[in-house]
Amino acid sequence: MNAFWVFNHSDLTGVVMGTVVGAASRFLMLKSDYRQYPAYPHGKIIHLALGTIAAALGSVAVPALLKKDFTAITFLGMAAQQFRDVRNMERNTLSAIDKQELVPRGTTYIEGTAVVFEGRNYLSILAAFLTSMGVSLFGWIVGLAIGIVCLGVVLRFRKGKTIKDVALIEFAPVRVEGPDAYVGDIYMMNVGLPENQEIIRRIGMGFVLSPRSDDAKVTLTNLGQRQAILHDVSVRLGVYRDDGEPALLPLAKLDLESGKLGILLLPREHDREVALRAVSNVPLLEAAVRMPTEANYRKEGMLPDG
Amino acid sequence: MAKIIAVVTVKPDKVKGGLPAFLTADEGEMTHIAKLLEKILDAAAHRLGDDLFIIVDRH
Repeated sequence: MNAFWVFNHSDLTGVVMGTVVGAASRFLMLKSDYRQYPAYPHGKIIHLALGTIAAALGSVAVPALLKKDFTAITFLGMAAQQFRDVRNMERNTLSAIDKQELVPRGTTYIEGTAVVFEGRNYLSILAAFLTSMGVSLFGWIVGLAIGIVCLGVVLRFRKGKTIKDVALIEFAPVRVEGPDAYVGDIYMMNVGLPENQEIIRRIGMGFVLSPRSDDAKVTLTNLGQRQAILHDVSVRLGVYRDDGEPALLPLAKLDLESGKLGILLLPREHDREVALRAVSNVPLLEAAVRMPTEANYRKEGMLPDG
Repeated sequence: MAKIIAVVTVKPDKVKGGLPAFLTADEGEMTHIAKLLEKILDAAAHRLGDDLFIIVDRH
């Protein structure tokens, strides 16, 4: 018996290759970046284990179905139930951690992250299922090709849209006039104490985000998206803030007239290029995206009421 | 919702009602008391004009 023995058993080949591709796709999607979430290594172990189980379930389903064992589909249902718990687990953990953050993520960001964790398990089931199907129906070479395509697709869609897709990001000067702090022309807040005014004057960094479209205007008004920007940028640039310093708060305020969003940051890192990149790369939250222009679109000549 | 939890002023006639009010002798003392209250109460001190601070709790 040699290593190619497995290729003479197409069912087994399918299951093994499907599981490997599924687990590999979960591994590729599990990129731990500046957010350090999931935390290395224990958080990763949890998700790799779950991803492998997901992949195994997906790849086993194909040979079972080919043998007309239709109860196999109920296993996928059971798997879905398990992975819904992954979302709950992530939500609970992140919500608990969030209370101890100087600049919280906010519930919208947490929901978004939790949904991504659940969704990625289903993607790895799908990758495993397709690979296993390719092997079972057309042989291992086709299965391998499908697996590689799946991994490519996963890599391509790993990164979602970011803020720079919806808004034009510009630096704006931070002004403190008496107790009033401004970013560009946008009024941010009233800061009472002279020393806090001085800190904001010295440390403060301002951005103005101009929406690129009417849809983007609605997205930028979302409070969850704004909190996500403040959290992410504060993680990347550091934050000049402590507990018991309520006046030193990174803040995002809307210019109601133009729909522009003013952002006041108190960063530790003052490199403008790094700061610009940090704001540009904030993920666009799925829950914040709205498409009002699509709903309001009317064909020419149509009556106003449709 | 934000709540005003204290007032610091040099002009007592500016403040009426059921709030803790700290009446100070001059502007320097007013700023100092406002700063201490901000740190102690973890509530932001906001300045409304030259002679009045309010301490606002946003928890």
